[in-house]
Amino acid sequence: MENWSLVSVCVLLGLTTRWAVSFSSYSGAGKPPMFGDYEAQRHWQEVTYNLPVQEWYFNTTDNDLGYWGLDYPPLTAYHSLLCGHVAKLINPAWVELRTSRGFESAAHKLFMRTTVLFADILIYFPAVILYCIYLSDGSSKRKVATALCILLYPGLILIDYGHFQYNSVSLALTLWGIVGLGLGWNLLGALAFSLALNYKQMELYHSLPFFCFLLGKCIKQGLMGRGLLLLVKISLTVLVTFALCWWPFLSDPQLILQVLHRLFPVDRGLFEDKVANTWCSLNVLIKIKTLLSRDTQLLLSFALTLLSILPSSIKLLTKPTLWQFKLALVNSSLAFFLFSFQVHEKSILLPALPVCLMMNELPLMAVWFLLISTFSMLPLLLKDGLLLPYTVTSLAFLYLGVYLLSALDRSPEEELRLGSCHKRMQNYLSKHNLSLLVKCSFTVSLVAMAGLSFTSVVLEPPARLPDLFPVLVSVFSFLHFLAMLLYFNLVQLTEPSSKKSQKKTN
Amino acid sequence: MAAPMIAEWSWFVALAFGVSFIKCLLINAYHSTDFEVHRNWLAVTHSLPVSQWYYESTSEWTLDYPPFFAWFEYGLSHVAKYFDKEMLVVQNLNYASPATVLFQRLSVIFTDLVFIYAVKECCKCCREDKGKDLLGKSSFILATLLLWNFGLLIVDHIHFQYNGFLFGVLLLSVARHFQKRHLEGALLFAVLLNLKHIYLYVSPAYGIFLLRCFCFTQNNADGSLQWRSFSPLRLVALGLIVLSTFAVSFGPFIVKGQLQQVISRLFPFKRGLCHAYWAPNIWALYNIADKALSILGVKLKLLDMSKFSKASMTGGLVQEFQHSVLPSVSPLITLICTLLSILPAVFSIWRRPNGARGFLRCMVICALGSFLFGWHVHEKAILMAILPLSLLAVESKEDARTFLILSTTGHFSLFPLLFTAQELPIKILLMLLFTIFSFSSLTKLFSKSGPLLNSVEVAYLLGLVPLELICEFVYPLTSWQHTLPFIPLLLTSVYCALGVLYSFIRLYLSVLTAPSTTGKAKSQ
Repeated sequence: MENWSLVSVCVLLGLTTRWAVSFSSYSGAGKPPMFGDYEAQRHWQEVTYNLPVQEWYFNTTDNDLGYWGLDYPPLTAYHSLLCGHVAKLINPAWVELRTSRGFESAAHKLFMRTTVLFADILIYFPAVILYCIYLSDGSSKRKVATALCILLYPGLILIDYGHFQYNSVSLALTLWGIVGLGLGWNLLGALAFSLALNYKQMELYHSLPFFCFLLGKCIKQGLMGRGLLLLVKISLTVLVTFALCWWPFLSDPQLILQVLHRLFPVDRGLFEDKVANTWCSLNVLIKIKTLLSRDTQLLLSFALTLLSILPSSIKLLTKPTLWQFKLALVNSSLAFFLFSFQVHEKSILLPALPVCLMMNELPLMAVWFLLISTFSMLPLLLKDGLLLPYTVTSLAFLYLGVYLLSALDRSPEEELRLGSCHKRMQNYLSKHNLSLLVKCSFTVSLVAMAGLSFTSVVLEPPARLPDLFPVLVSVFSFLHFLAMLLYFNLVQLTEPSSKKSQKKTN
Repeated sequence: MAAPMIAEWSWFVALAFGVSFIKCLLINAYHSTDFEVHRNWLAVTHSLPVSQWYYESTSEWTLDYPPFFAWFEYGLSHVAKYFDKEMLVVQNLNYASPATVLFQRLSVIFTDLVFIYAVKECCKCCREDKGKDLLGKSSFILATLLLWNFGLLIVDHIHFQYNGFLFGVLLLSVARHFQKRHLEGALLFAVLLNLKHIYLYVSPAYGIFLLRCFCFTQNNADGSLQWRSFSPLRLVALGLIVLSTFAVSFGPFIVKGQLQQVISRLFPFKRGLCHAYWAPNIWALYNIADKALSILGVKLKLLDMSKFSKASMTGGLVQEFQHSVLPSVSPLITLICTLLSILPAVFSIWRRPNGARGFLRCMVICALGSFLFGWHVHEKAILMAILPLSLLAVESKEDARTFLILSTTGHFSLFPLLFTAQELPIKILLMLLFTIFSFSSLTKLFSKSGPLLNSVEVAYLLGLVPLELICEFVYPLTSWQHTLPFIPLLLTSVYCALGVLYSFIRLYLSVLTAPSTTGKAKSQ
């Protein structure tokens, strides 16, 4: 078979899976008065379609911010506006001001699902294919296999096509940024990532590596000469992009402040629901939310986040290669997820994107991480009635990862890429034992995940501890994420300046 | 796909798992009334004594499959009771609780294991170039063409039926003939006939082949029949197997004196010439010719408008179709046409059997002949030709060409089965998936000898794209959607009928012009 047909088969499999998952229910289906994220997205279409731009982020008689007020940056709002226009064409009742609240119908669900699919086809799929063809190593079949695995990552599919959100848009823009930087089209990369930031403020999780990578490139070219020119060009690109995105709001500083206030709601607390990060897990032992004041919490989380991303950022700055960049992206976004303020369980998709890009180099670790990340959202998925697609896509992804990428039968050095650290470890563990240890812990972790998923579904929690299973799930995932953070930091910091990594520059 | 061969058959397991995952994701998709049909049969076989099975008529979907299938449902019902007991109550019409849906869908997915096993056996019969790249191996291509068959996926796992299991038995029996285990093959086919009697259409190929290649043990040097080599022992063994299978199946009903009733349920001749959606066969063309002639006649004032019944204009929606110019067609005529259409092929394998491959070719012709000329044919019956033809497609270039035309048109003609907006993307995606795979892999397989299709065939197949756009996207927006809603169905079946007919003729030519020398080598 030719390569183009293999690629199209992959794309079609990705699309088929997505559409098949979209048959399931969505968040807040038939649950008045607040419904869920599905209603939030529909409500934004209603608001942006009917109200002038200046009123979008303000509490007015027509715009009750208490009911799913817009709290994403302008690009999301424009996207909603576009969808709102299409919705108006098909059925005006879908976006009627006020009366359309909580509108639900089979046709409307179909429309909403289609908008997600369109966004995916237009920007996410091309970015993934481009990345795999031009920026991953190996035979053409290996590249296609990697693309298939990335496209079938269950977490993103379940949240976008089950729960309902447009995560693939901001992630795709980030991926375009990565592809741009990887191929040396720095300005395109900067443009794409600025757009991503303007689509979803959570993309800040990825911003430091982007900054360091670009700055590192400039420094390498000489800050006095060509590097400076590049730096100016990049800064201009970013500034212009931001200015264009924020154009309607620039007239009034009050407006900008209000939007920023909506984007960073500090008063919503350290964490919400059950999320697999440090604060929520710590909360099991110490009631940190009540113990410390809001400001101390904010400061603490900020300091810890900064501290944990600093090493990887500095390393990237001194060694701006694509491989380092990808590792830094993982380390930074994972650190943000674990330590920063006001994290949602869905934010695990942000570290998941760069981990997806490592599926070729570190198949076992990447598959492991991605499965855990999907599992960490289990309470949410169960609430949305997505048990069946969760089970099927996770099993399929596991099988695919193990079969296509042969994640389990590689030697440990190759697999773990621990470099010099590995040599030191060999004093205690032989090569064979290390490989066995990793595989055993992978298997044990899989079994535990299956067991916890099963008990969450089947067993009733004891009356005294109604949140027992969600807490178990999040603490279990948190421990994995913490270990993964350490591991990925280790990989990044111990990477020697060998030829192998040199090859990957641009 | 890219992994090194861990075990020889690991790719096969991956293909099977992959398609099973897709099937599981389709559990929540739309299902047709066939879902209720099978639920009702579960209830009937579970809660009534055997003597009542073919008399029960609470639901309009009475049991109209042969006894073995009823027993199959009976077996399933004993698992079903652990999911939801309510589905086993005959009076609970249109009962479809989530547990019922889950059970029925899973039952199809699990009984497909028979199909998967059969495909594996078929793949073993592939003639193979050793040491080729996995994606270019004919056994890999065959496995994908069968396991990922678009028609089976949508008919079984969206529309809802048990064809995968039934075709599994059919393909297994074919594989047994390839492996020269003829008695087993015959037994499997006899069982299959008692599971679903639609396979009677291919029984002439089976009968003649077994008689010719199994009961006669030797050929003359030129491949023709050697009368003296007749083995009565083999004939008796064969007859015993077939008769005892039928005895087990129908015996209980014969003893109770219900045979008449069972037969009348199995062969309901009250239905019309064409199924609700016209299958893409000769009668679709015949109907359209009749329509064209009558319109022409009225235009030229040769015919009197008032003579036509109004119903004839809504053809495709009503069961009975009144022909206004051409003579009406009776079941007997369709039967004669069917027999005439398969006779030359059957006669040809009697003269020059050409081994199991010749038999398979004849079987495809029988299936296609009955599809083209049969009475009240379902469009789903095209799978009976497409699936066995896959086996031939990976072995010769000409068959690959026929396969591509037949599978594309045949699968396209299944589109009207899924008419809900939600399933529209999935059927297009799966169709593209299968079509792109089959075209690229078969082209690669026979890449040495030039392109597979000629430009006319390519143009015809590409014509399906605008046809689909018109039928599903443009036409619903026009005002005709309300006055003439059947036009898209009609266009689809007429357009596809041409492709099916063309494939039939090509297959016939391949039988009649087959060099007899190859027959000598293989039938030994």
